Amino acid sequence: MSHRLDGKGRLIDRSKQLRFTFNGKSMTGYEGDTLASALLGAGQSVMGRSFKYHRPRGVVAAGVEEPNALMNLGRGGRFEPNQRATTTPLFDGLTATSQNHWPSLDFDVGAVNDMAARFLPAGFYYKTFMFPRFAWKHVFEPFIRKSAGLGQSPTEPDADRYEHAYHHTDVLVIGGGVAGLTAARAAGAGGAKVMVLEQTAHWGGRAPVDGGEIDGTDPETWVNSAVEGLENAQNVTLRPNCMGAGVYDHGYVLGYERVAETTPGDGRPRHRLWRIRAKQIVTATGAIERPLSFPGNDVPGVMLASAVRDYVVNWGVAPGKRTVIVTNNDDAYLTALALKAAKLEVPAIIDVRPTLMGPLAEKARKAGIRLMSGKALVGVKGKKGVTAVMVSDLEGKASPEAIDCDCVAMSGGWSPVVHLWSHCGGKLTWDDHEAIFKPDPTRPPLGADGQAFVATAGNASGAMGLAEALADGHEVGRQAAKAAGGTLTRKAAPKAAETERQPIKQVWIMPTSAGPDKRMKMWLDYQNDVKGSDVQLAAQEGYQSVEHAKRYTTLGMATDQGKLSNINGLAVLSDALGQPIPQTGTTTFRPPYTPISMGAIAGEARGPLFQPIRRTPMHALHETAGAVWEPVGHWRRPFCFARTGESDHEAVNREIVNTRENVGMLDASTLGKILVTGPDAGKFLDMLYTNMMSTLPVGKCRYGLMCSENGFLSDDGVVARIDEQTWLCHTTTGGADRIHGHMEDWLQCEWWDWKVYTANLTEQYAQVAVAGPKARKVLEALGGMDVSKEAMPFMTWHDGTLADIPARVFRISFTGELSYEIAVPANRGAELWEKVREAGAEHGIQPYGTEAMHIMRAEKGFIMIGDETDGTVIPQDLGLHWAISKKKEDYLGKRAQERSFMASPDRWQLVGLQTLDGSVIPDGAYAVGEGRNANGQRNTIGRVTSTYYSPTIRKGIAMGLIHEGPQRMGEVVDFATLDGTGTVIKAKIVDTCFYDKEGAKADV
Amino acid sequence: MSKAVSALNGATVTGFARVTDTGCRGMITLRGAPEVLTRVATAIGLPTPDTLHMATKEGLAVGWMSPDELLVLCPYEDAPALAETARGAAGKDHALVAVVSDARAVIRVEGEKADEVLRKLTPANLDAFEPGMIRRTRLAQAAGAFWKPDANGFEVMCFRSEAEYVFGLLENAAQKGAELGL
Amino acid sequence: MLILTCPYCGVEADETELAPGGEAHLKRETVGASDEAFEDYLFRRENPKGVHFERWRHAYGCGKWFLAARHTVTLEVYGTYPAQTPEPPKDIVAAIKKRLPEWEGRG
Repeated sequence: MSHRLDGKGRLIDRSKQLRFTFNGKSMTGYEGDTLASALLGAGQSVMGRSFKYHRPRGVVAAGVEEPNALMNLGRGGRFEPNQRATTTPLFDGLTATSQNHWPSLDFDVGAVNDMAARFLPAGFYYKTFMFPRFAWKHVFEPFIRKSAGLGQSPTEPDADRYEHAYHHTDVLVIGGGVAGLTAARAAGAGGAKVMVLEQTAHWGGRAPVDGGEIDGTDPETWVNSAVEGLENAQNVTLRPNCMGAGVYDHGYVLGYERVAETTPGDGRPRHRLWRIRAKQIVTATGAIERPLSFPGNDVPGVMLASAVRDYVVNWGVAPGKRTVIVTNNDDAYLTALALKAAKLEVPAIIDVRPTLMGPLAEKARKAGIRLMSGKALVGVKGKKGVTAVMVSDLEGKASPEAIDCDCVAMSGGWSPVVHLWSHCGGKLTWDDHEAIFKPDPTRPPLGADGQAFVATAGNASGAMGLAEALADGHEVGRQAAKAAGGTLTRKAAPKAAETERQPIKQVWIMPTSAGPDKRMKMWLDYQNDVKGSDVQLAAQEGYQSVEHAKRYTTLGMATDQGKLSNINGLAVLSDALGQPIPQTGTTTFRPPYTPISMGAIAGEARGPLFQPIRRTPMHALHETAGAVWEPVGHWRRPFCFARTGESDHEAVNREIVNTRENVGMLDASTLGKILVTGPDAGKFLDMLYTNMMSTLPVGKCRYGLMCSENGFLSDDGVVARIDEQTWLCHTTTGGADRIHGHMEDWLQCEWWDWKVYTANLTEQYAQVAVAGPKARKVLEALGGMDVSKEAMPFMTWHDGTLADIPARVFRISFTGELSYEIAVPANRGAELWEKVREAGAEHGIQPYGTEAMHIMRAEKGFIMIGDETDGTVIPQDLGLHWAISKKKEDYLGKRAQERSFMASPDRWQLVGLQTLDGSVIPDGAYAVGEGRNANGQRNTIGRVTSTYYSPTIRKGIAMGLIHEGPQRMGEVVDFATLDGTGTVIKAKIVDTCFYDKEGAKADV
Repeated sequence: MSKAVSALNGATVTGFARVTDTGCRGMITLRGAPEVLTRVATAIGLPTPDTLHMATKEGLAVGWMSPDELLVLCPYEDAPALAETARGAAGKDHALVAVVSDARAVIRVEGEKADEVLRKLTPANLDAFEPGMIRRTRLAQAAGAFWKPDANGFEVMCFRSEAEYVFGLLENAAQKGAELGL
Repeated sequence: MLILTCPYCGVEADETELAPGGEAHLKRETVGASDEAFEDYLFRRENPKGVHFERWRHAYGCGKWFLAARHTVTLEVYGTYPAQTPEPPKDIVAAIKKRLPEWEGRG
């Protein structure tokens, strides 16, 4: 039975008791506890159920590698599933619930899967749910959905806030253990700017628990003094509670800082994602202990030996009263000694090694512990907790001896944490002596300069002893400073000493001769319920690649990514394949090292800051006027201005009728406005537009088309000639930045000897379109400029002052009505809008939105980029031959348009469409013709590109691209509907212009 | 008297740094060959700034934007006249002079830890960023630029349409308790 | 995530401040070009596992286009240079050869 020990854990403060709940039950712990240590301290050793078989599971580890103790934390907007109890700091008011069970942790219906374990082997899902096909949807999936999965999904928006932060450093040390601190000291002494990330709240890593001596003192004292020294160094930044999550190209590292996890709602960001650029990265990420595979190794109470030691030393918690140690190496002896020191029983150390002669074995003997050499643990008694273990010889042949105990501390050796080394391409090598994959320093990750930018330090290098690890950390830190532009410090490495260790014996499963029955009870991957038998089966079935075997068995997947299981799994796989471990290799290590919150990834980009919303100078006025917003790129434009009781559709129709009968006003500020000037500007624009712009007289406007080099229509707009060398090019709303970039691309990269400058003036001007038969009266009322037909004819512009505001007025029309577009400095845009509205009041002026604009232009047969075009349409398809110069030798897209298929008469051509019954053709509808295609669908002969109800002619109107369309005037074509009945909408092919074909209304 | 209203209309908030709209600011984009730009800058009364730097004098500043582009900063009302001066100085030489005062917003971020506000938003390295320097970069998802008019603060420039977004970013980043503690 | 030095302003720009523009040193084909030549210009691109010359724009900075010689596997950057350069400059070629003596030049 786990319980709190009298006396003091080094990380807890017994004067500060904290209350929390687990599955609704009130419990207490201490400041400094993790949720796991607090639960163990409160006697709660079962912490969850396993994924597949729903077996009761207890905590196995004390750190990030924990596979079992995953919790739902918090409530409502602070609910978060799958949090490791071992890395969750306890705080007052914490609420946790266990996962993966129903109806309760103690009694779980899903545990029947455990009875059926024989029938749920590796690849079970792939094999079983193939046939019959209908069964997947109706039988298997609903069952699996209910029973599978770890925690629940949150149902409310996250109540906390998150942020990003950028940081630049010479040397980044990841890991604040003694090797990392040593590396940081050496790098700092070399003059480098250093940052150190440590995933826990504490410095020193395992050393204060594991003991030994550094510079003549105990590790904890040394760590405190080293940290103090680093804190005082101007060039070193220490970041506890911040995990190095991933290492990426060119020295990019993500750090995941837990800023305010224990004080929810205090206003600080909960997590912060550091986006770090480091010249050199030192990963001092330590090592993780491996479990051993023996039958029943998943019963609650079976734990990593190092974790047992951590709970006792760090948190004053005993995982059990009587702990049996099982090991293949010396490290677990430290646990035995720590337990003894805490006055706990250690009935035996079961060691696979035949002779136990080292100093640690000697210490254990002296402590009165029974050492069982050359033995294996071959069985665990107990279901929800260990009651005894069975011990036999290594092969499991001898009749087993039962030893009563309530805890098993196992050690299968240690694996260096090579994840961050590997993320960006660092390679590994197998060290058979230590039985580890360790970084191969001759094959490091390479940076922008082709040189190594990551080095490992300490245990992460495979330097498993304290003295070795510190010497390694010191040297790596020195070299990192040098490589980052600093110097090699002459200071010496710390001197360390610890009890000498005897070599590990490579035993991965026990007993070594275990047959299928025993292997079925040996867990390799606790989180995914993958057993020795599953890996063996995968090998038998031909999954020889470790990557395939991983996916087939799910070994090493999910939230822990096989931190405990990987090496054991591939040792078993290698054994089954009859090949050495290095030949099998490892699976790929990918970021993040442990799961990071979605909130941290999003950072500030949520709510109003999710994306930049671009606002025109009149935005606030539109909002007050009840605008219904439409996103156009990042801009928000009024779709319409619906009045109380009016539907959007009714509002649009009213706005159109009013504009056609009286006068309307539109916020056209978002249109792109690019100034192009220089001696070669005319030549340049002739290349850019399909028509001639160099011949446009000063003071006049001309509509133009722009194509990509592929010939496809890319943008359109009105160009105004400002002076001899200067043109102002209007683009579509979405096209401003793109077209400006397009111009600069050609000017910088192709015609760099042409004398042309451009400037994107889109945001300099607010622009208001005043359109309708009474538009002139409105401008006259504004006063200040002669806007008569004589002074300012159609397709001209003038500078002047309108309503006391400096303005440029263009006489251009996108509605087909008499129309002026007034451009003023943006800071006076709101003022202009108000003045136009006041001046227009007596003429019945109403603002109109983008939908009215779209419909009015469609009534006129004007194309819209993005409606009539989709990146595959050339101007010729749209009957825009008049806007393509025949005289010009070249323009962007001309050669492409000469390709045979561009000139083909079979290309669909733009026509107008009028439904016979007056209805509106659905958006995107296809025109269907004779015959059927290979799939039995009717052949398509065209499609609709714009389709609206026209309040002007009170019918559905549309434009569409139709095969041989212009030759088929008056014919009726069928448009398919999607209602599944095969009904069609009949529409007559007509001219694209539905309103004022002569253009008389605009030119008055 | 101009009735010009800046995009943020004088908004201000205080967190661990103070974030304030600086109101309407005169701005002129100059493009031309180096010798032309030098001549124009001289006519306005300023030296040509070094790469990634600004030259300032009595309410006037000229910032380096690219090898063929400078940005003049001046009182809002002065921009049209200064632009005329610039055009005159450029003469017949190939150049572009455009008033862009209304296209931007300028927000001041002030305080001992003003740099930490920006460090949350830009990938640019601020470690050696001194008064007199200018950097065009990205602020979260928006284009922007900043410079340090004095030791105690930054001026952040962005497009007018994105002013509310950028102000929101700065306000959010400057919240009390969220200091980076570097 | 890459860092490329803009040759115009000297800024070591983060990839998020840049916009990519595909292969560098293409020769524009236009009216008068054969279908084959035009197709090459429009569509055929190098896709080397190795040294690649490419276009980048310092989009969130000075706005200038520049060219970079980069290894597509190791992401080693041999150098960046102005866009107004019809062929890879000598110093860039030398930098590549220094690191990859067997490199035979642009495909």
